[in-house]
Amino acid sequence: MKPAEFYARDRRWHPPALARDYKTSVTRSPQYAAISLQHSASELTGPVFGHNDIDAVDNDLLANYAQPGESPIGERIIVHGRVLDENARPVPNTLVEIWQANAGGRYRHKKDTYLAPIDPNFGGCGRTLTDENGYYYFRTVKPGAYPWRNWVNDWRPAHIHVSVFGSGFAQRLITQLYFEGDPLIAKCPIVATIPDPQAIDMLIARLDMNATIPLDTIAYHFDIVLRGRRSTLFENRLEGN
Amino acid sequence: MGMKYLKETPSQTAGPYVHIGLAPGAAGFDIYREELGHDIAGPNPKGERIRVEGLVIDGTGSPIKDVLLEAWQANADGHYAHPEGGGEVEEGFRGWGRVITDFETGEWGFDTVKPGRVMGRNGRLMAPHINLWIVARGINLGLNTRMYFADEDAANAEDPVINLIEWERRRATLIARREDRDGLPLYRFDIKVQGQDETVFFDI
Repeated sequence: MKPAEFYARDRRWHPPALARDYKTSVTRSPQYAAISLQHSASELTGPVFGHNDIDAVDNDLLANYAQPGESPIGERIIVHGRVLDENARPVPNTLVEIWQANAGGRYRHKKDTYLAPIDPNFGGCGRTLTDENGYYYFRTVKPGAYPWRNWVNDWRPAHIHVSVFGSGFAQRLITQLYFEGDPLIAKCPIVATIPDPQAIDMLIARLDMNATIPLDTIAYHFDIVLRGRRSTLFENRLEGN
Repeated sequence: MGMKYLKETPSQTAGPYVHIGLAPGAAGFDIYREELGHDIAGPNPKGERIRVEGLVIDGTGSPIKDVLLEAWQANADGHYAHPEGGGEVEEGFRGWGRVITDFETGEWGFDTVKPGRVMGRNGRLMAPHINLWIVARGINLGLNTRMYFADEDAANAEDPVINLIEWERRRATLIARREDRDGLPLYRFDIKVQGQDETVFFDI
């Protein structure tokens, strides 16, 4: 069997471009319908990354910006899981990048002016490659909630931004990871851009006591699913005819 | 008894602080040995060296100043740097780049080489193009488009993707105009996310 196109993206599962309660989307959403494309090499291929691109410490946010002998303030957590495709097969050797606020809800970014302080020992970003089983992990601190200007009293739930590649450019995805039990999830207009509660549920990392390191670090489990590819017994028409 | 499929993880906006994760130098700090995506073509690419510049413009006509763009392109032979990319590429040719817009002006730009023609579906060659993926605060799912070249009229006229666009006047939104600067070919490509002359985006 030959791998063929990626499955069509379920546009009713993803957030629509225009979601009025998330005000910034109003002027940044295309009004014309996107043109649907069957895939060619331009969509089926994508950048390939290797261990030369990154360093081993890059997935350890407790250490990758801390002064020697120090560590960031906050709840020490592990975020781990697998990158799979829609066929439930692991996606090996793919780049996963994350970024987040510190434990007080402040980003290390020159445009963030929130009252909470910068943590001198926390950068707030990490990256890693999945292993042959699609497995990845990060060590970090649990990010804090923070206010943002949408309605006047909006607070983002604690979240980690996640960027994933897959093997083809059509699989490229950025999303956000939330934490089980956070009451702000249900109130957030950005979360609510996703219409289906089952889809939102895929963004909630679960407390994982078995992966928790006693007396040291609490673990959360978060699997990521990228688009899968059709297999065909028949002629691959990408180049045929 | 069917195959058990999973659903894709739903997208969320990259938000205003995408730079921290994907371009930390621009956020104001230095953390990685090397940031990814700043060298698309490598040290010894074949073909014509070019620069591409533009703006991303919102529905009010204003530049968006917190965008991250990724580019994916073939080399001058029309091969992608990928196992299914159609053939060999030069040592160090990656074909992938990542740029952000300037916080003050919204301008973005990258240096690369002009890609060759890539085989499309059903044995029909595509015109040279660079695939672009655009994320920002307020963009809930990354936008895919393609940049084609104004000096490739004949190839553009037979490109199977451009020809899918029913409205001929919208096709022009995908064509970067050529200007030369200091003897280097410069292609200008403004992307209009919404409004008059909205850029054609693709559901890939």
